Amino acid sequence: MDVEQAPETKGGFWRANVRLTILLLAVWALVSFGFGIVLREPLDAFSIGGAPLGFWFAQQGAIYVFVVLIFVYAALMSRLERKERRRAAQAGERPQ
Amino acid sequence: MTGQIVWTAIFVGGSFALYIGIAIWARAASTGDFYVAGHHVHPVLNGMATAADWMSAASFLSMAGIIAFAGYWGSVYLMGWTGGFVLLALLVAPYLRRFDKFTVPDFIGDRYYSNVARVIAVVCAIFVSFTYIAGQMRGVGVAFSGFLGIDAQLGVIIGGLIVLFYAGLGGMKGVTYTQVAQYCVLIFAYLTPAIFISMIVTGNAIPQLGFLSNVAGTDTPVLARLDTVLTDLGFTAYTENTRTTHDVFFITLALMAGTAGLPHVIIRFFTVPKASDARLSAGWALLFIAILYTTAPSIAAFARANFIETVNESVYDPAPGEEAEATPGWFKEWERTGLLAWDDKNDDGRLQYRADESNELTVDRDIMVLANPSIANLPGWVIGLVVAGGLAAALSTAAGLLLVISSAISHDLCRRVLFQSMTDTQELLAARLAALGAVLVAILAGLYPPDFVAAVVAFAFGLAASSFFPAILLGVFWDRMNVFGAMAGMITGIVFTGAYILAFKVFGIWPDSADYWLWGISPEGIGTLGMALNFAVAVPVALLTPAPPAHIRAMVHALRTPEPIIEPASHTAGGAV
Repeated sequence: MDVEQAPETKGGFWRANVRLTILLLAVWALVSFGFGIVLREPLDAFSIGGAPLGFWFAQQGAIYVFVVLIFVYAALMSRLERKERRRAAQAGERPQ
Repeated sequence: MTGQIVWTAIFVGGSFALYIGIAIWARAASTGDFYVAGHHVHPVLNGMATAADWMSAASFLSMAGIIAFAGYWGSVYLMGWTGGFVLLALLVAPYLRRFDKFTVPDFIGDRYYSNVARVIAVVCAIFVSFTYIAGQMRGVGVAFSGFLGIDAQLGVIIGGLIVLFYAGLGGMKGVTYTQVAQYCVLIFAYLTPAIFISMIVTGNAIPQLGFLSNVAGTDTPVLARLDTVLTDLGFTAYTENTRTTHDVFFITLALMAGTAGLPHVIIRFFTVPKASDARLSAGWALLFIAILYTTAPSIAAFARANFIETVNESVYDPAPGEEAEATPGWFKEWERTGLLAWDDKNDDGRLQYRADESNELTVDRDIMVLANPSIANLPGWVIGLVVAGGLAAALSTAAGLLLVISSAISHDLCRRVLFQSMTDTQELLAARLAALGAVLVAILAGLYPPDFVAAVVAFAFGLAASSFFPAILLGVFWDRMNVFGAMAGMITGIVFTGAYILAFKVFGIWPDSADYWLWGISPEGIGTLGMALNFAVAVPVALLTPAPPAHIRAMVHALRTPEPIIEPASHTAGGAV
């Protein structure tokens, strides 16, 4: 992407946000497309309670993980935003 | 049966009176109220409203039935319609809330500095919403005729007028608080029979745990038992995939990206005070949705298992001494509705349920949710509750779609393109008139459903995935993205996806079967390929054409910063709550 575009590179805020987003989306893809679809057959050899594991991820497990992912993102972003506001205030930047 | 109609009338009438009461309490005084509820909605309440907005008649009535007969591949709906909220929370909602406008075409038009792009977005939003609303209105008619003995056509009109009343009067503000009430009605109506069915089949009162438990009184897990029973009757095992892995992959991704690009879901996140609230609110929305979406696969497995266990090989007219094997009463009760049918091909007086042609039963998949209360021997009022729940699901979704249509016309088309000198009061009037017009068209669509209603879901999600989602994503995450790339991408995505779905689902140019599909991708999953084509066209076109103007890039960069803290006093002023 554009390196010469300065504004958001002042703080690492945007970069940290993108990193966090990619990390959480990797988990999102792993539990649904990974465990629930592509890896379903090998995972079905294991079971959780009375359900084959891959099948369970596709019908219930992935949904539980999705809910947790969004709350984790909301919490970590609030922390990042607080830090960024403090940094911007100290640097005397005008809020956009 | 008459007692049941009385209970149904009480629940339906009572819930409708509640919605009207809320509408009178939450009238909209300004366009800000009408479009985004004045940005005053608490994230948890918005989560509930979003859940009701999102879960339609199809989620409430049909999904568990579809899964019950599909088995494993039914997971595409479970993962697709929940996983989309992760995309929404991480990639779309907070940025569009930070952008601080009223509609999705607002973002497309401003970000791509083009009224042509704005109008394309308006047309897409209206088309997607109308196809979706037709299905909801039909569901309302079916509920009225099936359970209250009222003519389906009159039912559609009553439902339409109720929605018009609270959406026209209160706009987003009225819709938000009725949706909160509708969520409570529908989740209570869904869980009550589910808990009892779970107790009957597994002995566990929590359906999500019952799903993992043994059949009551045995050492065999429910799912293992279901697999054995189904394979014995000649069906594929419940936990096996009857589609190809890559088709399941494509459908799931199309539903997820479609969810993140559907305007009626996105605009719900414009109603909260801040971008950080939009993130949090998406979490609450998915939590409230997950309560139903993790119950649905449990009900699906229990209902299918219970159906085979009690109906297959049962004796229709038991002679004395055969009572233990008699066909259950609820079967005969639902036979009258035409949703269940039995044809005694081998004249043995027993009902045979098989995968091959010796099968004697025709089963409508909606029966898996509708008949649950009678299967569980629950009193008549529970059926009334389920009907009120189904209506709540249909009306809440219809109202959300209605707002997209009315704001696309009054705000994006009238205020931003045609009559830029409109005052706020005139725009509010235009919004109410547009809502009236949209309801009339929705009622007509419910009365005379177009033939393609069955293809509606594929259409709405395919188009949202292949047009809005890439345009929004690139608009936020790539500041070099320009109008030319966005338009070329959207047009490629829509034309490709639309043509593919039309060819298979509407015009029947080829038979809708895997032998004729492109790379084995069904019309339901083609939105994923349409989305990939959109990206593949948009990026090179953008790079070969002039960069967007500096003020647009500055706007994109502003979306990526934390919003300034607003003094609480300035944004609660004038609020009703």
